[in-house]
Amino acid sequence: MPTKIEKDAVTGTDTTGHEWDGIKELNTPLPKWWLYTLYATIVWGVIWMILYPSVPLGGTYFKGLLGYSERQNIETALKQAADQRAPMMAKLAETPIDDVQKNPELATFALTGGRAVFNDNCAPCHGVGGSGRPGGFPVLADDDWLWGGTRAAIQQTVTHGIRNGGADARDSAMPRFGADGLLTPAQISDVADYVLALGTPAGTALSDAAKRGAVVFGEQCVACHGAKGEGLKDLGGPRLSDAIWLYGGDKASLVKQISAPRQGVMPAWSGRLTEAQIKMVTLYVHSLGGGQ
Amino acid sequence: MADQPVARTAAKPASLHPDGSDPVLSAKQQRETLKSAGDSLYANRVKVYPKAVSGPARQVKWAILIFCLAVYYLVPWLRWDRGPGLPNQAILLDLDGRRGYFFGLEIWPQEIYYLTGLLILAAVALFLVTSLFGRLWCGYSCPQTVWTDLYLWVERRIEGDRNARMRLDQAPWSASKWGKKLLKHAIWLVIALATGGAWIMYYQDAPTVTRQFFTGEAGGTTYFFVGLFTATTYVLAGWAREQVCTYMCPWPRFQAAMLDEQTLIVTYQKWRGEPRGKHKAGDPWDGRGDCIDCKQCVAVCPTGIDIRDGVQLECINCGLCADACDEVMSKVDRPKGLITWDTLAHQQAKAAGKEAKYKFFRARTFIYVAALVILSAVMLWGLLSRATTEITVLRDRAPLFVGLSDGSIRNAYTLKIINKQRDAQDFTLSVTGLPGADLAVRGQDDSELSAEKLVLPADTVSTIRLFVKAPKAQLQQERLSVTVAVKNSKTGERAAAETLFIGPPVP
Ligand code: SF4
Ligand code: SF4
Repeated sequence: MPTKIEKDAVTGTDTTGHEWDGIKELNTPLPKWWLYTLYATIVWGVIWMILYPSVPLGGTYFKGLLGYSERQNIETALKQAADQRAPMMAKLAETPIDDVQKNPELATFALTGGRAVFNDNCAPCHGVGGSGRPGGFPVLADDDWLWGGTRAAIQQTVTHGIRNGGADARDSAMPRFGADGLLTPAQISDVADYVLALGTPAGTALSDAAKRGAVVFGEQCVACHGAKGEGLKDLGGPRLSDAIWLYGGDKASLVKQISAPRQGVMPAWSGRLTEAQIKMVTLYVHSLGGGQ
Repeated sequence: MADQPVARTAAKPASLHPDGSDPVLSAKQQRETLKSAGDSLYANRVKVYPKAVSGPARQVKWAILIFCLAVYYLVPWLRWDRGPGLPNQAILLDLDGRRGYFFGLEIWPQEIYYLTGLLILAAVALFLVTSLFGRLWCGYSCPQTVWTDLYLWVERRIEGDRNARMRLDQAPWSASKWGKKLLKHAIWLVIALATGGAWIMYYQDAPTVTRQFFTGEAGGTTYFFVGLFTATTYVLAGWAREQVCTYMCPWPRFQAAMLDEQTLIVTYQKWRGEPRGKHKAGDPWDGRGDCIDCKQCVAVCPTGIDIRDGVQLECINCGLCADACDEVMSKVDRPKGLITWDTLAHQQAKAAGKEAKYKFFRARTFIYVAALVILSAVMLWGLLSRATTEITVLRDRAPLFVGLSDGSIRNAYTLKIINKQRDAQDFTLSVTGLPGADLAVRGQDDSELSAEKLVLPADTVSTIRLFVKAPKAQLQQERLSVTVAVKNSKTGERAAAETLFIGPPVP
């Protein structure tokens, strides 16, 4: 509170009447225009509060006279962005998947969009960047493909999915050799030994168990996995002679898989993603490093 | 006009004599008077009517003004042939193309530190000059000062000098007053428009943007910025003037940190001038000071202060008061330099009748000069050792590594390779630190490229996917430090970046 306005003896200026510990503040006024600028900004602030959403009112808030909404803006912006993408999306939809790369602009567009589609829809199972997950979610960045790694094959898989009951879905089933009593535990153990030996360099001598397993393999497994375990992509039969194992590559895992196989299921994406989006995600998966 | 001339609103109106012999109150004194007249929380603006003056300081000021304005307005028109497809403007900040062109030098966005360096250099140079000669920058080359001076010159040509202007402002509105005022503001606006227009030319091709501007084809951004700089020039140089220096500019507030008692500043030689008083021709000078209290120094001051009150925040060290006083001194036949550039220490010594020396070389002089030299050297070194090829490597984090069907391990990287050269160049890509490594390179659009002959287009950043494969048996460690390098096949210039190759845990 101003107490006593007096003249400062040294400068001849009035004090403001404020005093702290014997120190008195001189009144050095600001120019009028400066203060009016300050008042103008205050008025501006009040007008702003009336026009735009401002005051919280418990569960809701004062919406402002202009009906401005940030959410609305975002929706408009999203729609604008989609409209902007529309011509490229249309072009992508009509370009055969193997021709997309001939148009670098379209290819870059597809890869960029494909990453977003993948992260939104596929990454929960296959991991970001197609890194896969233990327990039957294949790595998509390696060079092993159960159903083929060409663009067309990947597009087919993404479109219809695997073992989801759909008419066009990729379908195959490995018999439950142990659980259904098709093979004895000893036979299963022998076959597992043989399968493990498939990955060793050619000319490695087979153990007796493996030799016995080779006979069983010839009777039961070649139809799907090929004579030398090289796999059969038409049936989704995994290659057994390589270093990549979906459910583990040690003997215990193999025995478990032969006895009561686990079979992965992938949903069909045709209804959920547009054709252009499926092309995008296909090209993205193909680019991860294993595309054939 | 919101600001009425002082003579009408002041409590004690100053009488105006046509011969200019009116008692001149400094703006500061007038503010004091106004304040005690009432309304003490708000100060009315006191309009300053600087009088024309001639003398060495004024001449230097004109020279610097002409030089600075010429540089500002003309530099965008300098041409520099860079070959086809590139702007032919010597100095151009091409924001759309993301390049800065400075004659032969081409700056990329990530090299903006050159600009930072330049600004730091300018700041240190400013500190040095200020510590030696006070606020030379403020008085002579600050854009606010330069444009205000130019505007004042226009004002004087149209409305006349100090007294004529004061009379005009007090006179009732007449056709001739309207005419003068309108003409003045029109010319001010033309200058402001030229100023805003020149600003834009530093960002766009000058001849093109000039044509587009007048044919209405220029973009909204162009019109906005021209409008903005036109408005600010007009308001700041035409209306705000010394108020920018007194109230808005932060620089006067901390310049005191650079000044010391050895700094050459504009000073009134109190020991010689006081006691001041009127002097009639023929009267003796004994027993009095040289100041005849004619207040010419106040009349010419562009910030409206009385230098005889000592060093003040408002003083921009322009030296015009010295020019004015020198003229007076030669008229009354006294030595010049009653107001002059001097140091406080020197003054004190002289006042005490002692011999005094100037001390230019002080600790701060050396520190600032050393900082200038070191900074310049660093910048020069940076410019000379500037690479035309740069590479950055981003390791894929998901997946960290991929096991392949033949049992080998593969890592993927995204490379950004900059080729700053003016034409496409061949490079070889190599990875060292990983025996048995096998490289596969893909373009951004998944197209196949060759690591042996990587063709990178001119003046671009190329994004490239690199897959590095190594037999598992070679991996003695879980993480290996590797170097990815590109080498220009022709010039041999090499750029490299360190990264990691990660594999499964080694048992
Ligand atoms: S111009 Fe010189 S003589 Fe005149 S009042 Fe100023 S200091 Fe004194
Ligand atoms: S006091 Fe003198 S040097 Fe300072 S601003 Fe005024 S005219 Fe310029």
